Amino acid sequence: MDFDTIIQILDSAVRLMTPLLLACLAGLYSERSGVFDIGLEGKMLMAAFTAAAVAYATGNPWLGLLAGIAGSTALSLIHGLASITFMGNQLISGVAINFLASGMTVLLGQKIFGLGGRTPSLTEGGRFGEITLPFADTIREVPFIGPIYAELLSGHTALVYVAFACVPLTWWILSRTRFGLRLRAVGENPASVDTAGVSVTRLRFAAVAICGVLCGLAGAYLATGLSAGFVKEMTAGRGFIALAALIFAKWRPWSALFATFLFGLLEAIANRYPNLDLGVVTIPSMFMNALPYILTVIILAGFVGRAIPPRAGGEPYVKER
Amino acid sequence: MDKMPKWADVILTPVISLVLAMAISAIVILAIGESPWMALKTMVDGALGSSYGWGFTLYYTTNFIFTGLAVAVAYHASLFNIGGEGQAMMGGLGVALVLLYLPLPHWVLALPFAMIGAAMFGAAWALIPAWLQAKRGSHIVITTIMFNFIAAALLNYVLVNILRPVGSMDPASARFPEATHLPTLSDLALVLGVEWGKNTPVNVTFFVALIACVLVWALIWRTRLGYEIRAFGRSEPAAMYAGISPVRITVIAMLVSGALAGLMAINNVMGESERLLLNAVEGAGFIGIAVALMGRNHPFGVVLAALLFGFLYQGGGELALWTSIPRELIIVIQALVILFTGALDNMVRMPLERLFLALSNKRKDA
Amino acid sequence: MTGGSENVGGRSHETAPYAIELRGISKSFGSVQANKNIDLQVPRGSIHGIIGENGAGKSTLMSILYGFYKPDRGEILVNGQKLTISDSQTAIRAGIGMVFQHFKLVQNFTVLENIILGAEDGALLRPSLAKARGVLRDLAKEYQLNVEPDELIEELSVGHQQRVEILKALYRHADILILDEPTGVLTPAEADHLFRILEGLKAEGKTIILITHKLREIMDITDNVSVMRRGEMVASVKTAETSPEELAELMVGRKVLLSVDKAVAQPGKPILQVQDLRLVDDEGVERLRGISFEIRAGEILGIAGVSGNGQTQLLELLGGYPEKGSTVGGTIRMNGEELDLTGTRSDAATRRKRGIGHVPEDRQVEGLIMDFAAWENVAFGYHHAPEFNRGMLMDNGAIRTDADAKMERFDVRPRNSNLAARNFSGGNQQKIVVAREIERNPDLLLIGQPTRGVDIGAIEFIHKRIVELRDAGKAVLLVSVELEEILSLSDRIAVMFDGRIMGERLPGETTTGELGLLMAGITDTQNHSAEEGIPPETQHVDRLPGGEA
Repeated sequence: MDFDTIIQILDSAVRLMTPLLLACLAGLYSERSGVFDIGLEGKMLMAAFTAAAVAYATGNPWLGLLAGIAGSTALSLIHGLASITFMGNQLISGVAINFLASGMTVLLGQKIFGLGGRTPSLTEGGRFGEITLPFADTIREVPFIGPIYAELLSGHTALVYVAFACVPLTWWILSRTRFGLRLRAVGENPASVDTAGVSVTRLRFAAVAICGVLCGLAGAYLATGLSAGFVKEMTAGRGFIALAALIFAKWRPWSALFATFLFGLLEAIANRYPNLDLGVVTIPSMFMNALPYILTVIILAGFVGRAIPPRAGGEPYVKER
Repeated sequence: MDKMPKWADVILTPVISLVLAMAISAIVILAIGESPWMALKTMVDGALGSSYGWGFTLYYTTNFIFTGLAVAVAYHASLFNIGGEGQAMMGGLGVALVLLYLPLPHWVLALPFAMIGAAMFGAAWALIPAWLQAKRGSHIVITTIMFNFIAAALLNYVLVNILRPVGSMDPASARFPEATHLPTLSDLALVLGVEWGKNTPVNVTFFVALIACVLVWALIWRTRLGYEIRAFGRSEPAAMYAGISPVRITVIAMLVSGALAGLMAINNVMGESERLLLNAVEGAGFIGIAVALMGRNHPFGVVLAALLFGFLYQGGGELALWTSIPRELIIVIQALVILFTGALDNMVRMPLERLFLALSNKRKDA
Repeated sequence: MTGGSENVGGRSHETAPYAIELRGISKSFGSVQANKNIDLQVPRGSIHGIIGENGAGKSTLMSILYGFYKPDRGEILVNGQKLTISDSQTAIRAGIGMVFQHFKLVQNFTVLENIILGAEDGALLRPSLAKARGVLRDLAKEYQLNVEPDELIEELSVGHQQRVEILKALYRHADILILDEPTGVLTPAEADHLFRILEGLKAEGKTIILITHKLREIMDITDNVSVMRRGEMVASVKTAETSPEELAELMVGRKVLLSVDKAVAQPGKPILQVQDLRLVDDEGVERLRGISFEIRAGEILGIAGVSGNGQTQLLELLGGYPEKGSTVGGTIRMNGEELDLTGTRSDAATRRKRGIGHVPEDRQVEGLIMDFAAWENVAFGYHHAPEFNRGMLMDNGAIRTDADAKMERFDVRPRNSNLAARNFSGGNQQKIVVAREIERNPDLLLIGQPTRGVDIGAIEFIHKRIVELRDAGKAVLLVSVELEEILSLSDRIAVMFDGRIMGERLPGETTTGELGLLMAGITDTQNHSAEEGIPPETQHVDRLPGGEA
């Protein structure tokens, strides 16, 4: 494997990890506030569809992005209604949202475009263009650093850079701001927030809404950045890999960056080498695809450091004396 | 006192939830420019209007009874088994291995062996999440989700690299021996001299599913194990106090659950496709969640809910055939049923409770 | 006092005589009326006690005051000003602070983070934290409220966590501090420290409302006391002008006859022998530090102590279900035979087979499955018994018959075994549990808090049954935090403190004062403490029981 190949694989890993990272951070906000979310997949899927549909209709990926955020946030609000307002089972609500997105995207897609659930392919105008970082072309020829800068760091769509910027931003919000303090508190012990005179409902809805926005970015990137349009079930389990990454990262933003990079890398390798020949053994791509899930189970089992979810996670808040 | 009578809890709330789900589905159909009434008519005609329709409806029902029971049994132990899909996939693998590698001369012999294979593979796939939950506290919802994906990858590998016949391009196993063909209900009807449900896949597994319902009912409400499962599901500290081992109950409940999900393979793999296909389960594992919620985790409720979803599935197929409504409408209905009967249960229940409280107060005053 | 910038409403009326005045407050939950037409006047700068039995409506009333519940009727005046307290924020702004029975702290936050939560000065944390650090230093000096600001809550003892709760209220400029059963989790020494803090606060002009069901605390520290009974305020008096006897009578509505008619015990052969029992929980806290005692046939051993000193762990261990992840040591002998402490034969089912019956401390969480019908609950724990089974299946008919008979004999009302356990009152729920355990005629009965949340009639009934079981030649281990109950029922009394037995006394030869000292971990040296084998370092401690949450 030569240097260029490594750069290409890493470049591909960055592209593939971006939706994972955004969805993972989305889940992080929701779950740190005590609302479990296994509906990341559905929200991403809905966002991918609405983003692609609007981007196709308007030819503007930014309007598509807004539509993606709207689509995903709408589902978030249903989740909030069920799990916060009506104190329902958050897991069941998540399952319902995944199906709702899976069915509605095809239903609407068929109705609007009549292509069996796809949107028409987006032309250049409807997609996010790649951003070339300054001097990328000048440095390209410099050995080692040149390709890293020009190929790996430069030449991604705006959403990739947004996703990466969200990591320090999330860290800062959680650890340095009033909102972050309250968000963490409401996920650990909502009664502490409630007795301090702060609304648990409002905080959790805020978290769930942020989750919707970030899932919207993730979905929009899938349909208008990574691909050119929406295809039925295009998230293909990415929402669950993001969920796995969230657990793998133990609900922490910087670790989320690492976890999603790892999972993105695995996908990139599996794509490039359907059967990875390591000399002694040949690793089939199915194994590489399953590896994120296997790793997460191992982490969950607590054999390699324990993943402890927020203490109040999954439980609706009921006022008590 | 109870806030409302039992019948209201068991029948009224699920029915209202169902009506709400259907009403929103009707709005969705209207929104895509079709008539809900025509859609319903097409579905009823296609699924229930002929023995052909019934043959498919009951075939789907059989699948959903198994996966619904699987979710229900785990739910009584307060475990949310979302891994029915993966367990059913593995059940299929169990069936395929039994039928491909054991020389079984007749279906009467093949059926019990295939059932053992299906149940054991399904149970085995539930065992690891169960054990991790019981011993390590790993959240079973997350682990069973992960195991669905791992099952899909494993099955893909096995089909492509091991079971695929030489020269075939399909990721599917070879056909099972002719002798293991399960009689369909139309075969049985012909024996009685009746022509019913020609070319439909519903087969003797339907009766196996009904027997499974009775057995699950007896297990949950008539055996010590069922008593312990229900007690553990309601309160873990109380179970400990009563000498009921949480580890034992968690593992056993999930084994039973996984076995039931695995048994579905008798119907779809052995009874219908007669070879192992990659996507044999087709989401039935997830529909089990809706079926169990709708049926209030009671085996008889599960039969009714499974029948409802069997009807929706067959009817949905007909819709796609005769109208411009894609069959994904069924997924939307399924989502709405899960949403209303599961997550938004309180939205329906709270006003009802208030209503019954007001009624009982009025009666007291009178 | 220094502190926050947020302004506080309604505090300009320094002349108003009452810090809190309630007029005609009523509140119902469904068909249960928790508060009926309550009037209350709390003079400024006083310590006001509110006393009443469990379920008398004290906590509901205070929750209304803190904006947790909206009253159905009535009005609230704070410092003479009428106020609608719709949420906790309003209460906080009005200068009301509340220390709940179950602390409302974030376990993995620092003390400082907990204190500023909800009272931050701006969108960024850093300035708030710095300010809180300074305020904390001043408050610590002023009121002996020392806590390490950067310590995590989960590392603090219960007493210190309570201080954080008080600091939280003071940081928010609370003028009126409500404490709900503050001493339930404290040792007597910690409780005394708390009272000194409260007196200091009173000296600064703050008003304190103390909710408790302990008469001694009321008599020791309050200026005035109001008594609640079944949702009503039945009396408000000056503490100096009343007596514990009078208050007790007001609380229960009639003369309390806590003495139980019982003959002198006739102890027979040893039934339960416990030697050097030890238990370390999964967080590494030593809960039992070498417990040894023996109970003979026909004898009631009472275990007294402040809750959280290892009684729960002792009962659970004897009952066969120590907390998950704990390690245990020592020996338990039942009728001379050693019991397994680990492995599959150490579970509660095996203990029952050995003749150990158990009425757990918390009937709603452990003793009953609240959603199960009464008849199902009567078989709970004994569902393997041959008479309840027929082959592979349970014999529900036999279980119902048995349940109906037991409910008859124990006068459980309503006499309907098809009702779910949650539909019975506390007293009747407890009767179901007691009937189940006593009627199996166990050689040893473990019974924890037998009358917690139980009405007087049921208390007498249950006490009588316990004595009857003793007179039938059975052994009884009674654990209760109610000293009176221990004194009136026990044939011998052992006092637990911090996982040890501090001493054994005979009820006729001891006083509540002496037991109180033992409960605080103080053994008087001239007494024969050597025979209990207490290590010397515990003889003068007032250390805290490990960090109970």
